[in-house]
Amino acid sequence: MSDADTNEATESATEPDGDGSGGTFGSAIKRGEDVPLLTGDGEYTDDISLRGMTHLAICRSDHAHARIESIDTSDAAAMDGVIAVYTGEDVVESGVPNTIPTAWDLPGLVQPQYRMLATDKVRYEGTGIAAVIAETPHAAHDALERITVEYEPLEHVTDPVEAVERDVPPVHDEAADNVAFDFELGEVDATDEAFADADRVASVDLRQPRIIPNAMEPRAALADWENATGKLRLWMTSQNPHLHRMLLSAGTLGLPENKIQVIAPEVGGGFGSKIYHYPDEAVTAWCSMQLGRPVKWQATRSESYLTDCHGRDHVTTGEIALDDDGTIRGVRVETHAGLGAQLSQFGTATPSYLYTTVLSGQYTIPAIHCRVIGAFTNTTPVDAYRGAGRAEGIYVIERLVDVGARELGIDPAELRRRNLVPPDEFPYESAAALVYDSGEYERAMDLALDHIDYDELRERQRELRDEDRYIGIGIGNFVESAGLSPSGLAGDLGAQAGGWESSIVRFDSTGSVTVLAGTADQGQGHRTTYAQIAAEELGLSVDDVDVVEGDTDRIPQGMGTYGSRSASVGGGSIARGAREVREKARRIAAHQLETSVDDLEFEDGEFRVTGAPDRSLHIQTIAHEAYLGHDLPEGMDPGLEETNFYDPENFTYPFGTHVAVVEVDPETGEIEIERYIAVDDCGEIINPMIVEGQVHGGIAQGIGAALYEGAVYDDNGHLQTRRMDEYAVPHSTQLPEFKTDNTVTPSPHNPIGVKGVGESATIAATPTMVSAVVDALEPFGVDHLDMPLTPESVWRATEGDQ
Amino acid sequence: MSECNISIIVNGEQHELTVEPRTLLVSALRDELGYTGANVGCETGRCGACTVRENSKTIKSCTRLAVQADGSEIETVEGIADNGDLTTLQEQFQEQHGLQCGYCTPGMLMTADTFLRENDDPTREEIREAIEGNLCRCTGYQNIVDAIEATADQLGGQR
Ligand code: FES
Ligand code: FES
Repeated sequence: MSDADTNEATESATEPDGDGSGGTFGSAIKRGEDVPLLTGDGEYTDDISLRGMTHLAICRSDHAHARIESIDTSDAAAMDGVIAVYTGEDVVESGVPNTIPTAWDLPGLVQPQYRMLATDKVRYEGTGIAAVIAETPHAAHDALERITVEYEPLEHVTDPVEAVERDVPPVHDEAADNVAFDFELGEVDATDEAFADADRVASVDLRQPRIIPNAMEPRAALADWENATGKLRLWMTSQNPHLHRMLLSAGTLGLPENKIQVIAPEVGGGFGSKIYHYPDEAVTAWCSMQLGRPVKWQATRSESYLTDCHGRDHVTTGEIALDDDGTIRGVRVETHAGLGAQLSQFGTATPSYLYTTVLSGQYTIPAIHCRVIGAFTNTTPVDAYRGAGRAEGIYVIERLVDVGARELGIDPAELRRRNLVPPDEFPYESAAALVYDSGEYERAMDLALDHIDYDELRERQRELRDEDRYIGIGIGNFVESAGLSPSGLAGDLGAQAGGWESSIVRFDSTGSVTVLAGTADQGQGHRTTYAQIAAEELGLSVDDVDVVEGDTDRIPQGMGTYGSRSASVGGGSIARGAREVREKARRIAAHQLETSVDDLEFEDGEFRVTGAPDRSLHIQTIAHEAYLGHDLPEGMDPGLEETNFYDPENFTYPFGTHVAVVEVDPETGEIEIERYIAVDDCGEIINPMIVEGQVHGGIAQGIGAALYEGAVYDDNGHLQTRRMDEYAVPHSTQLPEFKTDNTVTPSPHNPIGVKGVGESATIAATPTMVSAVVDALEPFGVDHLDMPLTPESVWRATEGDQ
Repeated sequence: MSECNISIIVNGEQHELTVEPRTLLVSALRDELGYTGANVGCETGRCGACTVRENSKTIKSCTRLAVQADGSEIETVEGIADNGDLTTLQEQFQEQHGLQCGYCTPGMLMTADTFLRENDDPTREEIREAIEGNLCRCTGYQNIVDAIEATADQLGGQR
């Protein structure tokens, strides 16, 4: 660098950009990432093309359960434009590890083989059996029609209870009764005693239907194998590129991790469905390795419906024991959880730990016992979908509280209030093995109820009933374990991966900041919120900070985005890294200003000597000095960047209360949503606009599950809801206007006090809506209705046919 | 398969191309011409992510064959900004946080932009009806409605 350059750089570094005032944390800053998305310049996986690119189409079984007798690919291979056709045997012969692993072990878990392409049996409709590579997508899809597969059909089962209780050919020989695991949490004896002692018991039998996540962008992958270097580059729709890199390395392909680059460009929504290592992306990569040419795979929407992991699928009996004064004494739950035909990575964790541990909800319940039977069925694998496990658990406890209130004749808000964990009991150890970090449950609940003038509305409800009009008020109290997860605890419970998050906070030598984050955005606005966190810690403007995500070659390590963890664990890591950077800068400032670090104040990016404010240095100037390295404290290494691994000490516990007011027309079964109020407490709020957006989207998915959605299998084990006109993703006229509000109860152990918000509203909205509709139907003697609450099911219920 | 020569104008630019008769307009725009703004979410005319304008009317470009668009004038999201500056509608989508993952956004913008040409003072219900054919899984629609409403307010009938 010439002297002139040095001077110029020094000068620009002394002048901080923008106002450099910090204070960005907590502001509704607009998202910089929006601009390319608004102009059509945002680059999603399918927008990327490479020279010489070929196209993959996957031949899938149209049987739910069958033995593969033969596969004849010769006609397909002879077609114009077809480059190669591979079967599962070819993958086996190539010698790659060829194993889709589970990421969470449980005691006694049966872990059957899960290959990239099936060779022996197909176990659900949509199982991949052969791969066609062609010059165009049309040619590849045409060739699928010419692959002849002979099957010996087997009896299938799609229901988790039937799978275990009926005598059917097992999905996997290793699990003759189709039980993958039989899991228990809580104290069975204490719970039995509580039930024996209690004045009353109420119960509910319920189903939580299968939900298909429906990210608007279907999954896609583009693989580019470079023979000369032995390196694989893989663009894919991923919520966690590093996890995918690790699973591709250790599970399916056997390449060293440092020979795999996974890139998640813009990702069009995930909601869980893009966490997993599916066979298809591995097949895409493997095909590129065979051919030495780039291979692109773009799922059709029907392929998404058939193969994206579904969520929920629980059949549950729940019981609640209460005293006449409304004290909840105990909860007992038994659930059959459908796992689908194969174990997806978190398919075991979701219905076990993530589900059972929230069964205490917001309440002080002394005794809880829950048993979960995880069942293989001939269906698409089931894994975490927004709210994962926590949504199912909160649904159960909230339904139980409602039926308990009916049983006792106590107002459902009042029964909740009498059992809330009081603010002075935190940290609160529940009977379901979690330690809730902080909470002000009653404050949030009161705020939500005030929004609708609860008592008056109850009055009005009674009046309207006299006029044969039926409004219902639904209340959903929730608390969830977010911020997955403390590594040590997760490891004790069977996790096969850590729960930390990693980031690098780097000053560039001219004073700009680059944050490299191990999480991966699918619309959550990380590039904005992370910039706010770093800017706040470093006294800069968000415009000084650039955030990089989604590329394993640029970002050394990461776990990814799922379980409402990015703001709390990813953001926590960035804050810690930025603080270390700031402290190193402070030492340089003290050295150059010839004072001690304790005599320096830091404000607006400026280190000032206490009592002599004209003696100061800006952190961006110090950054330049750090890279010059001419005048640093004795023994200090040059540079100004820190790598941080943050492993949280506990989960965070977002909570809140949602309230819905509906009117039901008993003549038609139509439900009109009149009010929807969401009070969320996600701890400190980094960007209220983004938090509100997460709440809106979460409510939409929660209402979708309650009223409209649900995957349906027909008698042949075929997925009936396999097109967007068959599966009811809510559209704009099916959703109400939402009113959101917040309380703020910081997480005491998180570096920035945040708790996370990605899943909260989905968890809350589903029980809230069901509670409202069932409340409206009280005069018809309806205590519970299973989702989706279609006009037909509501109408039947009013006719006394539940 | 026999191929056809077609000619379409996209965002004011003339293109001649050769396509298979079965090639969808959305594929021709994305794969042949590089207009990747329109997205494919369902290929069945349901999601609206592929919405573009054909001769001033919105269409779902997955429901049109490229050959049917021969001689048409197509506008895509890439063409709506004025000389690279965001339009009021685009600005309001950013301002009101009317997008998260952005996948539905190009289609939403095309639908909303066309709607506002026909109705410059819509009610919220009218806006909700106008975008009924465009699915969004991320936002719950409210902020999209806000953005369209705010655009109408700002433009105040000047269009
Ligand atoms: S892709 Fe055209 S409407 Fe969905
Ligand atoms: S912003 Fe993601 S689908 Fe609309």
